[in-house]
Amino acid sequence: MAQIRVEALNKSFGTFHAVKTASFTVEDGQFLCLLGPSGCGKTTTLRMIAGLELPTAGTIRLGGEDVTMNRASERDIAFVFQLFALYPHLNVRRNIGFPLKCEGINAAERERRVEEAARILRISHLLDRSVSGLAGGDRQRVALGRAIVRKPKCFLMDEPLGALDTEMREAMIRELRALHDRLGATTVYVTHDQLEAMAMADRIAVMNHGVVEQVASPRDIYDRPASLFVADFIGSPPMNFLPFRDSLQAGARTVRLGERDVAIPAVREALPESDLVLGVRPEHVRFTDQGMVRGEVYGSEYLGTTQIVTVTTRYGALKARSPASISFRTGENIGLDFRPDTLSIFDKQSGRAIRTALYEGGAHG
Amino acid sequence: MAEVEIRAVSKAFGQTRAVSELSLTVSDGEFVALLGPTGAGKTTTLRLVAGLETPDSGSIRIGGRDMTGDAPADRDVAFVFQQYSLYPHLTVFENMAFALRAPIRRVPEAEIRAKVHEVARMLHIETKLDNKATQLSGGQMQRVAIGRALVRSPSIYLMDEPLSSLDAKLRGEMRLELKRIQTDLGATILYVTHDQTEAMTMASRIGVIEAGRLMQIGTPREIYENPVNAYVAARLGQPAINLLPAGLFAGLPPAAKTIGARTEHLTIVRGGGDVAATVTRIEHLGDQSHLHLDLGGLPVVTLSDPEANLGAGDVVSLCLNKPLFFDAAGGRVAV
Repeated sequence: MAQIRVEALNKSFGTFHAVKTASFTVEDGQFLCLLGPSGCGKTTTLRMIAGLELPTAGTIRLGGEDVTMNRASERDIAFVFQLFALYPHLNVRRNIGFPLKCEGINAAERERRVEEAARILRISHLLDRSVSGLAGGDRQRVALGRAIVRKPKCFLMDEPLGALDTEMREAMIRELRALHDRLGATTVYVTHDQLEAMAMADRIAVMNHGVVEQVASPRDIYDRPASLFVADFIGSPPMNFLPFRDSLQAGARTVRLGERDVAIPAVREALPESDLVLGVRPEHVRFTDQGMVRGEVYGSEYLGTTQIVTVTTRYGALKARSPASISFRTGENIGLDFRPDTLSIFDKQSGRAIRTALYEGGAHG
Repeated sequence: MAEVEIRAVSKAFGQTRAVSELSLTVSDGEFVALLGPTGAGKTTTLRLVAGLETPDSGSIRIGGRDMTGDAPADRDVAFVFQQYSLYPHLTVFENMAFALRAPIRRVPEAEIRAKVHEVARMLHIETKLDNKATQLSGGQMQRVAIGRALVRSPSIYLMDEPLSSLDAKLRGEMRLELKRIQTDLGATILYVTHDQTEAMTMASRIGVIEAGRLMQIGTPREIYENPVNAYVAARLGQPAINLLPAGLFAGLPPAAKTIGARTEHLTIVRGGGDVAATVTRIEHLGDQSHLHLDLGGLPVVTLSDPEANLGAGDVVSLCLNKPLFFDAAGGRVAV
């Protein structure tokens, strides 16, 4: 197993700049998710680490060694694709053992390692079955088996759960994370699904238009987003954004929203008057008659334990998460306020998060 | 729009019974979601209503008329598939107008134009009408596919996982929009999904389907709060309901073999509760944190109170608060 270091990586396809100076480190044994919308450059980044694409500029180090120009076969990594291409004419045992056969490993050793991989993945009972009759989850386990049987330096996975339905995906998320905890293999995992990233990753790198916008723990990504894009992309429903215009002094504890002062975490930088955005997570919106923002209930979405209430205000439609036991009437006029210690402020022009006391708690970079 | 009635419909493919004795009525203007895992028979049910499959027994009535033997074209239904198969060489406008241009419909050109623009406005794609269908993002293509159905005024819209190929954010936005459009139009919709959030947030009623059988039908709240059996109980709720052996707790109804405990049925205290459990992991999912507990070797997952400050290894105590009970066969035990 090994550390993966990506330094100032760039990739252009003709005039299209797919990856722009991406840098991050995956420590030995860590699980990193590359997360972003389609077209953000996450798969291209993964393919460069794998050696399936050559970078236009930048370096990739595996366990300290510069492998930027090495062939894929010389990198000692295992790649798991979204569409698990199993050999339909081979049974499970032969599918899993195939990479070892290619490496010229003898039959006895092959057998031992296939059995071990099957035990780890809990598919020992399927070893002599044909792969064509297997359910989606089991097929994906076989594909994983083929990756882990080689004991590579690291695993690269490209949306391996994308083709599974919700329930199977949730089960596989737990399984993949448990597998990672057992093997301790350095893993880079590409997904556009925030739930997969939040549930599995030690660290998440959020990408947008080829740029790595933030690399941090799932908790920091959610609680301390570095940019408007990250704040908007993570969270379901996403963060509420209230535009306003104000200047900021270092040490300030409030901002001026309309005619009211809103308490926020202490500001750590000064800013001339500019267009700003107040970011509020739906679970940090509280209902109170003294609220600083008033609005009309547009509708509520029942989710069992909780509900999402949409309120039309002068700042646009705001969403609040509340216990399902409270009932709201459509059209009802209500007051809202926000939990001060959790609020983010962004510079609208650049999208950058303004430094406040909130960001001191985490490993914000 | 019209009422659609499925009466005791069965359909087998060879040895596999895809749909068994399924009965369901979708009232005029109602949004019914069929919820179940892959292979439960949801899509087959939809195809039976559309006339793309013929039932082995039972009947399909649309607007009071028996349509069981009628061809799809005679049923006046609009189908939205998971894979938006748009005509790549046509513009968005032409794709949406296509169904109205069918010779048998003879819709006047001015009316086609008005209808397409109205629906495009509803779906926020009016600026894309002159684009080629292939120049759109996935979310926009799916809007066009839905738009192609909405320009018609059929008896019922049949939708087969129309949002499942979209990313999470877009899916969330489309849920709200689709629900709003359905309400505004008073549209009758039968909607198939394996996503509980889609079913809960959009449907007036949810039908939970398993192995070709309709297990329960009711409002999202009824299904969530009052499931008829353990299977249905496990379909809704995040984190999923914990199903625990009755022996762990004292004072339960005699018939109860399994306790169904959702987050709201569990109170976590530092000491003095009914049973002790050890915190194994706290999973921060952003808006919620899942607290993973080990209760005598059994995993229990509940929502973690962000203020509780628990960590792995902490020993806590659990109290039950009006949980659900199930008998040996999984059926609900009344309290």
